[in-house]
Amino acid sequence: MFSKDKRTGIGIAPGKLMIIFAVMLVAIAVSALMLGQSTISAAIIFKIIASQFLQIDRTWPLTLESIVLDIRLPRLLAGILVGAGLSISGASFQGLFRNPLVSPHILGVSAGAGLGAALAILFFGNIVAIQLLSFIFSLLAVSMTYGLSRVYRTTPILMLVLSGIIVGALFSSCTSLLKYIADPVNDMPSIVFWLLGSLNNVSNRDLIVVGPVIMIGISVLLLIRWRINLLAMGEEDARTLGVNTNRIRLTIIISATMISAAAVSITGIIGWIGLVIPHIGRLLVGPDNKYLLPVVVLVGASYLVAVDTLARSAFDTEIPIGILTALVGAPIFAYLLRKTRSGW
Amino acid sequence: MNPLVDVHNISFSYSSDKVYSIFRDVSFSIRQGDIFCILGPNGTGKTTLLKCVGNVIQGWSGTVNLDGRDISILKTSDVARGIGYVPQNQTPSFPFQVRDIVVMGRAPHLNVFSSPSKKDCEIACGAMEMVGILPLAERPCTMLSGGEWQLTLIARALAQEPRVMILDEPASHLDLGNQLRILRVVKSLAERGIGVVMATHFPDHAFIVATEVAIMNKGIIAYKGQPEEVITDCNMRETYGVDVRVIQVGEGVDRKVCFPSL
Repeated sequence: MFSKDKRTGIGIAPGKLMIIFAVMLVAIAVSALMLGQSTISAAIIFKIIASQFLQIDRTWPLTLESIVLDIRLPRLLAGILVGAGLSISGASFQGLFRNPLVSPHILGVSAGAGLGAALAILFFGNIVAIQLLSFIFSLLAVSMTYGLSRVYRTTPILMLVLSGIIVGALFSSCTSLLKYIADPVNDMPSIVFWLLGSLNNVSNRDLIVVGPVIMIGISVLLLIRWRINLLAMGEEDARTLGVNTNRIRLTIIISATMISAAAVSITGIIGWIGLVIPHIGRLLVGPDNKYLLPVVVLVGASYLVAVDTLARSAFDTEIPIGILTALVGAPIFAYLLRKTRSGW
Repeated sequence: MNPLVDVHNISFSYSSDKVYSIFRDVSFSIRQGDIFCILGPNGTGKTTLLKCVGNVIQGWSGTVNLDGRDISILKTSDVARGIGYVPQNQTPSFPFQVRDIVVMGRAPHLNVFSSPSKKDCEIACGAMEMVGILPLAERPCTMLSGGEWQLTLIARALAQEPRVMILDEPASHLDLGNQLRILRVVKSLAERGIGVVMATHFPDHAFIVATEVAIMNKGIIAYKGQPEEVITDCNMRETYGVDVRVIQVGEGVDRKVCFPSL
């Protein structure tokens, strides 16, 4: 009845495209485990991982096992979770706010996290405090945004965006104040570095805590993804189609906020991904969230892992990933825009 | 025959003290096959009234019954299964394909976690065929003309399989050919037994399709009845403040026509 191919930007059916991107993600993940200061062959990596579950004779040095299991694997998993999570949050928010300029940080997540982290660096200085406070403060910022938007009795979506700007400005200026009074030798550089984002500090313990939060958020958004189409038609239209708009809006906000707050707490602020990956997804499969959200999960995960591998292995010193995501992403995005179809 | 929709004394006000009401004490009822046209000047509350009846906005007082059940206590999805609402022209923000938009009409029949099934797509196809936009199914909606977009929205409402359809000025902004195409579709909806409520700025459209007409002015229904009784020189002058002549034409048209004069 319908020929599927016309809906995607590159003439491949969405189902096939998803398989292609899943294969791509696996390939990138394997290379991420192989590449680094010492290159490890895929066969050994496979054996090391298998030896955790099966009885296999150890034929490799213990240091290699430690590099794979304690350093590269958690970093890879964090890259997948954070890349996928930020991208799907961004895509859902762009649908909810009907606006292409929206990123997951629109409601103040990153501004809140930044202040929490800066406070923790100044007063506690340990990593658990940084993660905990940045998580709490990003939830606090979004709650303030949501609460503020309810004060005014007009278009809820517009008020959410404006409240997000207000709360974001409040938190960012506090962070700037802390940077200004911070000790310029130790504390200020660590605040600045944290704000630039990095997957460097992620441990297996972090993943056990944060992983499930991100995965639940992603699952909820995937489950309600067709409904997000309805919201993208506008709040009133969605109501005429029988959608409980308040409930679904809150579900999207809570899921996306939990994802980005959890992501930010272990990696710092990684910008650009949540803004651009959804656009790339839309160029590939069109605006229908039924296909867009799964594709965005795969592409976002692949992109962050690929860029992180580049960040830690291409240069002598590691470059903060927040810089590279934009430095690599901007030209790709500019190139893809040339091929853009109607609308966004 | 019991009315599909029975609107009884509804009023709406944006301010909490109810002093400045948008409209007040409006009552009407819609039966199968009715085409109820609402005329009236800009800003008189037609759109707000339709939104209240369609349960798009809340906070009105009075009662609206759908098949004898009060819509203010029904679930949003139950209302959407009974009432299809075609909003006033607005531009879409994503380049969804026409069929993606029409199949959205299936939403009230689906649960929160599901996507449209093959059967839903077939119902959407049927709706597109009925309004004559099946050839546009794969066109991005950002590349439609005003008339095509209006037909897409009607098809979407039709995919809801409603018993009542509310159309808010469906023919405004459209050229003469598209206006008549829309009216033909409206008439065929009524022939299928759907009750239609339609706001319009064209008295002639009411003469062409309406079974009943109401003139809204300053927030109340000033006149209601058969088109020939309601749309008169005197009532038009009173409503719009300009000179209008309503004349019976023969010669193959055989209906009344509204002529404004400067």
